[in-house]
Amino acid sequence: MLHIVACIKQVPDTKVIKMNPKTNTMDRASAPAILNPYDAHAVEEAVRLKNKYGGTVSVVTMGPPPAVKAIRKCIEIGADEGYMISDRAFAGADTLATSYALTKAINKISEIKPIDLIICGKMTIDGDTGQVGPGIARRLDIPPLTSVNQVVEVNKEEGFMVVHRKLEDGHEVIQTSLPCLLAVEKEINDVPYSSFPNMLKAARYKPHIWSVNDLDGIDKKQLGLKGSPTIVAKVWAPPKPEGGKLIEGSTDEKVEQILSIVLEKKELFEEVRGSE
Amino acid sequence: MNFEEYSGVWVFIEENDGKIAQVSLELLGAGRALANKRGVELAGVLIGDKINGLSKTIFEYGADSLYVYDQPIFKYYRTESYMQALLHCSEKYKPEIILYGATSTGKDLASAVATDLPTGLTADTTELDVEEDTGLLLASRPAFGGNIMATILCKKYRPQMATVRPKVMKALSQEKGRIGNVIEEKIDLKEEDIRTKVLEIVRHTSKKIKIDEADIVVAGGKGLGSAQGFNLIHQLAHTLGGVVGGSRDVVEAGWVEHHHQVGQTGVTVTPKIYFAIGISGAIQHIVGMKNSGLIIAINKDPNAPIFQSCHYGIVGDAFEIIPLLIQAFHTALHGEEVEV
Ligand SMILES: Cc1cc2nc3c(=O)[nH]c(=O)nc-3n(C[C@H](O)[C@H](O)[C@H](O)COP(=O)(O)OP(=O)(O)OC[C@H]3O[C@@H](n4cnc5c(N)ncnc54)[C@H](O)[C@@H]3O)c2cc1C
Ligand SMILES: Cc1cc2nc3c(=O)[nH]c(=O)nc-3n(C[C@H](O)[C@H](O)[C@H](O)COP(=O)(O)OP(=O)(O)OC[C@H]3O[C@@H](n4cnc5c(N)ncnc54)[C@H](O)[C@@H]3O)c2cc1C
Repeated sequence: MLHIVACIKQVPDTKVIKMNPKTNTMDRASAPAILNPYDAHAVEEAVRLKNKYGGTVSVVTMGPPPAVKAIRKCIEIGADEGYMISDRAFAGADTLATSYALTKAINKISEIKPIDLIICGKMTIDGDTGQVGPGIARRLDIPPLTSVNQVVEVNKEEGFMVVHRKLEDGHEVIQTSLPCLLAVEKEINDVPYSSFPNMLKAARYKPHIWSVNDLDGIDKKQLGLKGSPTIVAKVWAPPKPEGGKLIEGSTDEKVEQILSIVLEKKELFEEVRGSE
Repeated sequence: MNFEEYSGVWVFIEENDGKIAQVSLELLGAGRALANKRGVELAGVLIGDKINGLSKTIFEYGADSLYVYDQPIFKYYRTESYMQALLHCSEKYKPEIILYGATSTGKDLASAVATDLPTGLTADTTELDVEEDTGLLLASRPAFGGNIMATILCKKYRPQMATVRPKVMKALSQEKGRIGNVIEEKIDLKEEDIRTKVLEIVRHTSKKIKIDEADIVVAGGKGLGSAQGFNLIHQLAHTLGGVVGGSRDVVEAGWVEHHHQVGQTGVTVTPKIYFAIGISGAIQHIVGMKNSGLIIAINKDPNAPIFQSCHYGIVGDAFEIIPLLIQAFHTALHGEEVEV
């Protein structure tokens, strides 16, 4: 029986977020809060492994109280338990402080039930650093495996698993000891629509919520803004690109103009011509 | 922490199959500017197995020194072994700044090293500067899906670390015969102590030029309507001797494979000519192609944002224009007519 923990985060949907042009800040109200899309794949992979090998899937998040909604979404995907750490003391954390707080939460979860495998998303769509997963693995002193796009085998009895890590021009097949931490690519699986029973279960589900004082042996100096070596000093809107020249005329004239613009770069086409 | 002890700008040199990654050369260029401003040394850190032949190139691209860990245990990249080498080097020689390419290897390594040191790590940097007197690194990066830019500082810890996006910084031109100082290092690591093993490396051998090395990229978006419509993009690319690119939405729709995706979560490209056809021009797409030499956009919506990010725009229907373009280019380049 495996106990798999997926790390998940609620994020603003950056596809639709609007910027306030006066203050150059994001109008968070303009964007709905969603489960980080990469983390849906992390949870789905955990659920698939549970279905194959037997076991339990827990999800854990650090976030403000509304992030309960993201946990419910994970229950819909098929997770069994949801844990949330929520406290003002965590606010303003960079990736180092985030991985510290999450590690403390994971330690507490492992006291309830020892953990065999941790799965993170490749990155979030808001902070989008991809640094939290490896950070957690280092703190727990377990191997971090990023860019994972396939799980081949999990062998708990013999204490190892085999995965594919994506490379620019292929993949590598890696064997790692258990427990370990994976950061998974989107292509690892497709997240299907939730089943009706899971949706019912999710609607009623009440996650375990812990504050700082529930976490044993925590060093408050390593949390939140205080515990963060990096600070966001300045935020601005990316410069608006300048518009180009519109090519006018009939379709044939447009095509003719593109042709002459492109063929001006004749050095690019010597080989194409030469190969004929 | 005594900041006085920390000096010099370092670049982690990424090596794949005996070749230095292009991003490492770019970082030597960027690092050179930072080191000059600070009046300190620029050094590379090279980890691998049988890699001594590479040092010459690293000096010719701007490094003053090179720390080398050349041991069989480093034959393949693995977080745990490479991290130990970098931690060893950093603790022994104390640099003020370490830069890594924001590649999967660079990000993986930097995240682990930052946690163990510990220090701050700025992700996916696209602009770098340093304060001359304090040595404070000003690393700026897009966040929130490219909607904002943010400058990240690490005031209280050294070294300061950043991963930097490929294709954004400029490599210096190679200065043949430029030499530097090689410092050979070793660490005591046993294979038994490393918990991950590389069982096999599988290369998807296609001879095609990689999209980030291509001179011409013909990229298509959701506006092509279907996988079948997207074929027109392949045909145009073929006629021009270019490589096919796509927006994330067409990759997600399965019309083209992921390694063709241009943009924030795909590849950054800087071809001489970039066609954006049926692509709306979302900021996440733009960040991946905006430094192309000549950008030509075709879109049927005159208000599409792509027209704000191109050199030449054509308002029109892709299905009408692409076949004519294929014809015209075919005749011009190959001197014959084709069926489209
Ligand atoms: C504009 C801006 C820029 C920033 N730049 C940096 C920077 O350069 N360096 C830096 O150190 N910090 C930076 N931060 C802070 C960073 O966004 C936060 O630390 C955030 O809490 C975690 O980082 P992330 O969102 O990048 O996660 P990632 O590292 O991208 O997340 C990877 C995976 O870790 C897990 N995970 C991440 N967060 C949580 C969570 N709260 N709960 C559970 N699981 C989680 C998920 O599985 C996720 O898929 C920045 C913040 C802002 C606002
Ligand atoms: C965190 C994050 C990361 C992302 N990363 C990337 C990334 O790396 N790369 C990327 O591309 N996107 C990325 N996106 C997605 C991005 O926001 C857009 O959704 C995507 O680029 C849109 O793809 P598109 O332009 O093909 O489709 P659409 O936005 O649907 O645009 C289709 C366009 O085709 C035009 N059109 C329709 N019919 C025709 C016709 N017959 N002839 C000519 N034009 C026609 C339409 O006018 C429209 O402008 C990311 C998003 C997020 C949130």
